[in-house]
Amino acid sequence: MLKGTEILLKVLEEEKVDIIFGYPGGAVLDIYDQLFKSNLKHILVRHEQGAVHAADGYARATGKVGVCLVTSGPGATNAVTGIATANMDSIPLVVFTGQVPTGLIGNDAFQECDITGITRPCTKHNFLVRNIGDLASTIKEAFHIARSGRPGPVLVDLPKNVMAAQTDYDPDKVTFRNYETPYKPAPKKMANVLDMLHAAKKPLIMTGGGVILGRAADELTQLARKYEIPVTGTLMGLGSFPGSDPLWLGMLGMHGTYYANMAISHCDFLLAIGVRFDDRVTGTIETFAPNAKIVHIDIDPSSINKNVTVDLPIIGDTKATLKDILRFMEEHHYEQDAASRKTWFSEIAEWREKVPLTYCQNGEVIKPQYVIETLYRLTKGDALITTEVGQNQMWTAQFFHFDRPNSFISSGGLGTMGFGLPAAIGVKCAFPDKQVVDIAGDGSIQMNIQELATAAQYNIAVKVVLLNNGYLGMVRQWQEMFYEKRYSHTDMTYAPDFVKLAEAFGIVGLRATKPAEVETVLKEGLAVNRPVLMDFRVSREECVYPMVHPGESISQMTLGSREMIN
Amino acid sequence: MEKKTHIFSILVHNKPDVLARIAGALGGKGYNIDSLCVNTTTQNDISKIVMTTAGAQATITRIENQLQRLVDVISVDDLTNVESVHREMLMVRLNLTAQNTETVKKAIDMNKWKVIVSGDAYVIIEITGDKTQIDFSLARLEPLGITDITRTGLIALKLED
Repeated sequence: MLKGTEILLKVLEEEKVDIIFGYPGGAVLDIYDQLFKSNLKHILVRHEQGAVHAADGYARATGKVGVCLVTSGPGATNAVTGIATANMDSIPLVVFTGQVPTGLIGNDAFQECDITGITRPCTKHNFLVRNIGDLASTIKEAFHIARSGRPGPVLVDLPKNVMAAQTDYDPDKVTFRNYETPYKPAPKKMANVLDMLHAAKKPLIMTGGGVILGRAADELTQLARKYEIPVTGTLMGLGSFPGSDPLWLGMLGMHGTYYANMAISHCDFLLAIGVRFDDRVTGTIETFAPNAKIVHIDIDPSSINKNVTVDLPIIGDTKATLKDILRFMEEHHYEQDAASRKTWFSEIAEWREKVPLTYCQNGEVIKPQYVIETLYRLTKGDALITTEVGQNQMWTAQFFHFDRPNSFISSGGLGTMGFGLPAAIGVKCAFPDKQVVDIAGDGSIQMNIQELATAAQYNIAVKVVLLNNGYLGMVRQWQEMFYEKRYSHTDMTYAPDFVKLAEAFGIVGLRATKPAEVETVLKEGLAVNRPVLMDFRVSREECVYPMVHPGESISQMTLGSREMIN
Repeated sequence: MEKKTHIFSILVHNKPDVLARIAGALGGKGYNIDSLCVNTTTQNDISKIVMTTAGAQATITRIENQLQRLVDVISVDDLTNVESVHREMLMVRLNLTAQNTETVKKAIDMNKWKVIVSGDAYVIIEITGDKTQIDFSLARLEPLGITDITRTGLIALKLED
């Protein structure tokens, strides 16, 4: 006979969980007591939202399921933002929440809340374990659901008395449903793709988070390189195709490159893989890829024809589908028409030349883009980067070039401020020998700044590159552009001295106020094997350009003032 | 696009919150459920939900996809364009008074309505049929002094698998 808490830890071991992020409380005392006796690594965060983001960062960097454990009531509700973040980006997580004893459920007991009810719309699935007999199979099923198909967060609510109860446990007797739908090859569709490619003079690939989640980056890269098809990507797709490859056009959409958006607007064939055509990507739907035959590969049927109506949907795992396409093209000896490719590439080159991705580093003020470029140069791109949300995130997407999948970790769908620091902690736990950097803004970092204590306690040597402009920069940018510079409540000048704050947390604090200091500070910060916060006082009113105004076509970009363009 | 009523027959695992999941998945995305009928099948752990909803084909496809995504949903069948039979049930309570008793009894005989129970002051009638039949009967009952009604959602069954 084993107690519920023992079964939980046994199943975690069987699922090869090597780390959990959590925060104790009344309803999970028994589980924490079991953890005390166990070898499972547990990172004590300072806020439950941090626990979920850390598990999320771990999951995004490794491709494995991230795990966290929080208590009932407020512990569980604090986790909700993290869960919704993972849900929007299809990140596999298992979130364990404590619950009051089953006899008290519904009685408004102390620290009771209906967390399965609350998280129903923002989890892939959730469970309330009412009987000890269901515990092992439920946990196994939770892991299976989290990682199968289109991944996502699964919450398991664990009442205190269930965890204290005892039952026989035999791992071989645990059964649960299989949700994996086997890949079905579709030769007719492959033939259609081939026909479309034959007819195309201006083909383009659009890659998204589904390529990273489906571990299909190699196949995608092979396809693009072999048949010389240029590639653009969504924010979530960054790293799924090498950012330093000449075929790479950068990100598309609201803050995408001019040439990526022009390529979308002019292509006659678009192979969209693992994307969901978010409104930030498409601009007005009617003008999105208006001349293109669109093929959409996605594992989730509900993504098909949701926003953009496509010519050929292929429902399936991105890796298996791309493999099939590659094989089919090879078998049918597809060869691109060199002449038409040449014309297409020169057209793209003209756009690239006309509006390159650039900024103007002049005078004595640090430009945020310069900090990111310098970071890229110093790390040679060999770093795992998390971001917060806002301008810092867009500049990172533009100026750091990601060559590998799972190396750009950012809250795309939900756009959760405060994501970057705890996510970086999770990433660093997975890859202690890698340089892990959170590119942050002064607004976002303050949303989960308490996690500096977590980094300090375990010496998790994350590096925070703080682009400090004293504003909620992206909101300010919109106020500048669309609200006649009425900066309503976006001035964050009243802020802590971040260097002193870092030191108060027991980590290293550094500061640069002039462009000449940027490299020195970055070098020093990157070299230390301790958590570091680098406070870069950057140009206060720098805007992210180019930009597609909301409700406009992505071919209509605001490029910024002339000095922005070479 | 033309809006059309669709009938979904959905097999689900019989779990306490499965209905909340379905209602939430559709309601949260702005889709409306027009009628609903739920009960267990011959297997106690599996329930069948018959649901009607109206929308253009694109909307209906999205609703079907959202249903398919739910872990507890086993299968979703759109019965709209397949041969199937449809029934609703209506129970009506009529007030019996000295003035109307004769008229009511005549109407019951004439229409072959089934009386479930009756007392001195009331009679409760059961009517089954498709939507049109129920609407039609309801119109005939209206002048007889209805005090309350209850009406199920639609249930439907395919002629063949």
